[in-house]
Formats: sequence, C-alpha cells, structure tokens
Amino acid sequence: MSKKIKHLPLWEVFIRSKRGLDHKHAGSIHAADGEQALQYARDTYTRRNEGCSIWVAKSADIIASRPEDSASFFDPAGDKVYRHPTFYDVPDDLKL
Amino acid sequence: MELNDGETLDAKVCDCPMTPDTSRQDLFQYVLRLGDNALINGQRLSEWCGHGPFLEEDVGVANTALDLIGRARMLLTYAGEVEGAGRTEDDLAYFRHERDFRNFLIMELPVGDFAFTTARQFFIDAYDYFYYQALQYSVDSTLAAIAAKTLKECEYHLRHTGEWMVRLGDGTAESHEKIRKAVADLMPFTFELFDADEIDRRMCERHIGVDLDAIEKSWNEKVADALAEATLERPEVTFTRSGGRQGLHSEHMGYLLAEMQSVQRTWPGLQW
Repeated sequence: MSKKIKHLPLWEVFIRSKRGLDHKHAGSIHAADGEQALQYARDTYTRRNEGCSIWVAKSADIIASRPEDSASFFDPAGDKVYRHPTFYDVPDDLKL
Repeated sequence: MELNDGETLDAKVCDCPMTPDTSRQDLFQYVLRLGDNALINGQRLSEWCGHGPFLEEDVGVANTALDLIGRARMLLTYAGEVEGAGRTEDDLAYFRHERDFRNFLIMELPVGDFAFTTARQFFIDAYDYFYYQALQYSVDSTLAAIAAKTLKECEYHLRHTGEWMVRLGDGTAESHEKIRKAVADLMPFTFELFDADEIDRRMCERHIGVDLDAIEKSWNEKVADALAEATLERPEVTFTRSGGRQGLHSEHMGYLLAEMQSVQRTWPGLQW
C-alpha cells in the first residue's frame, strides 16, 4: 500500500527585485501559514540577493482564467488595432 | 608601553596593564571560542542538508548552516591574525585536534530528531542574538564589524526557530512531546553558555568582550516567553554539563571532526 503524501498548503511568491519595480511572480512553496510562507519564500527565492520585498498569497486564493476561456477572453482583442496608440503623429523633438 | 611589532591590533590593547602577550593571548582565545562555536554548530546543522522534513525547511536549515560557516570563517581568520603565528582559517578548522577546540558542548551534540535540532538551534540563536547585539559595541573594531554583520543573520535565525518552537510545542500531542523531551535533554547544556571564566571577565573589563550576566538575563526572558507561548514548561535541571572551553568534549566530537577534517587531513592544502 502506498503512503499518501500530504503536503502543506501551496503559496505563490512574488518578489520585488528593487525599489520602484513591480513585484514579479517568482514561484511557489509549501508552508503551514503566512509567516512560514514568508520565511520559506525568503530562504528559497532571495538567497542570492534577488529581492527587497516579498509578497505571498495562498495559491487557492488566486482566481485564474482557464485555457478554455482564451478564445472568448483574448481572441476578440486580436483584430482591434485601433486600440494601440499607433495612430498618433509623434512630434519630432519628443524623445521616446 | 612598547610593543613587539607594529600591527594595528596592538594599538587597541596597549592601555591595558597586562603584558601585550597576555592580552593578545586573551583576545586570541576569545575570538577562537566564538569561531569554534559557529564552526561546530554550522557543521552539525549542515547534516540536515538533503534530509530536512520537507524541501522548504531543508533549504532553510542549510541556509542557516551556511551563515554559521561564513561567520566561522570571519572569526577564525581574525583569530589567526591575532595569534600572529601565520595560521589561516583552514589551519584552525582542519588541523587542530579535539582537545584544542573551544566550542560549547551544546554545539557538538548529534542532530537528533527535528525537534532536538530545533530546540538546540533556538537556544543558540537566542544566545547569539543577544551576544552579537552586545558585541557590536566592542572597542575592538574588527569584532564590532563582524558582530554587526552577524546580528542580522541571528535575528532571522531566531525568528525562524522561535516560530518552530511554538509550532511544535503548541502543535499535535506527538510534536509537543518531542519538543518537550528535547528541551529537557538540552537544558543542562545551556548553563555552560553563561559560565564566565577569567578570559571572559578580562575581555569584558576591557570592553572588548560582552557581559555574560546581562546576556543570561535577556536569554532567560526570551526562553521563558517562547516556552510559555509553546505551552511548554521550563524543565527542572538537576545537573549541568560543561567542559568545551577546556577542550573536554563529549564522545560525539571526535566523529564530527573526523568527518569535517577528513579531506584536508588526507590531502593537506587541497583547494576546492
């Protein structure tokens, strides 16, 4: 009989690499609660000086779109080029 | 007072009534003890690498072990400089015999189960936290700098093991029993941490070392709070264990050194 492995709840980890930048998804870890998740996120994802701020959120609390939603969610935007700001004349002396 | 050589270190100790040789020897012993504590604690903790209860904690314990070995490197390098006999960090770590190591006995005890490792590390982390907090005000600028760097690590280690004490103590009946037993088994070894000898007293008087009485008070308060939160009682201690300072180690120390030193003993001077 195989032993069923019970994992601790899964958490998603977001790291801000430096001030002024956004938090970016770094990966996920297992932990019993928020404090432990924060510590394991620190130990796993910031040991090479990657961050100055950490967010953790329970994976189960994230509402994600599903692959089967993609046709109705994303395809309609595909042919609406007028939503891109490409129809303006940019003044010559404006540096982009 | 004229000193034997022109090293900057002597400038800090020359206002002392003792001979330069005695005060240098005191400082060497003082730094060596701190280095040995970090080294042996780090070596023991590193045994968990690959064997942690789960992957995340495995990484966490290994990180702490690496912090301790990094601290040992700084301290043993400095000890070698103070001694002035040309010994490097590696000479001190890999080519001394058991009787020459000055770490507390609690550092060398086998890892035991996860509760034992956690309780041991919590006791040490709390000690280190208050110790290095005080040591960052040492008049010895090298020790003060090492302490300031180390303190940040100690703060995190203490937060991590403090959490685990509560988690295990206030967890299931099984985890409570395991951490209770670990605390009871370890408590007799904690008295050595505060057992100041002549070197400690002289270093404290010269404001190089720390006041162990003050640290003992802070440590007792911290431990009392943590044990209360973990629903554990402080065990009655009927005997205490010590001897590490004198090089009188437990039967476990020889095996630890054999493993730690085997590569350099076999191929002296081998580089990574």
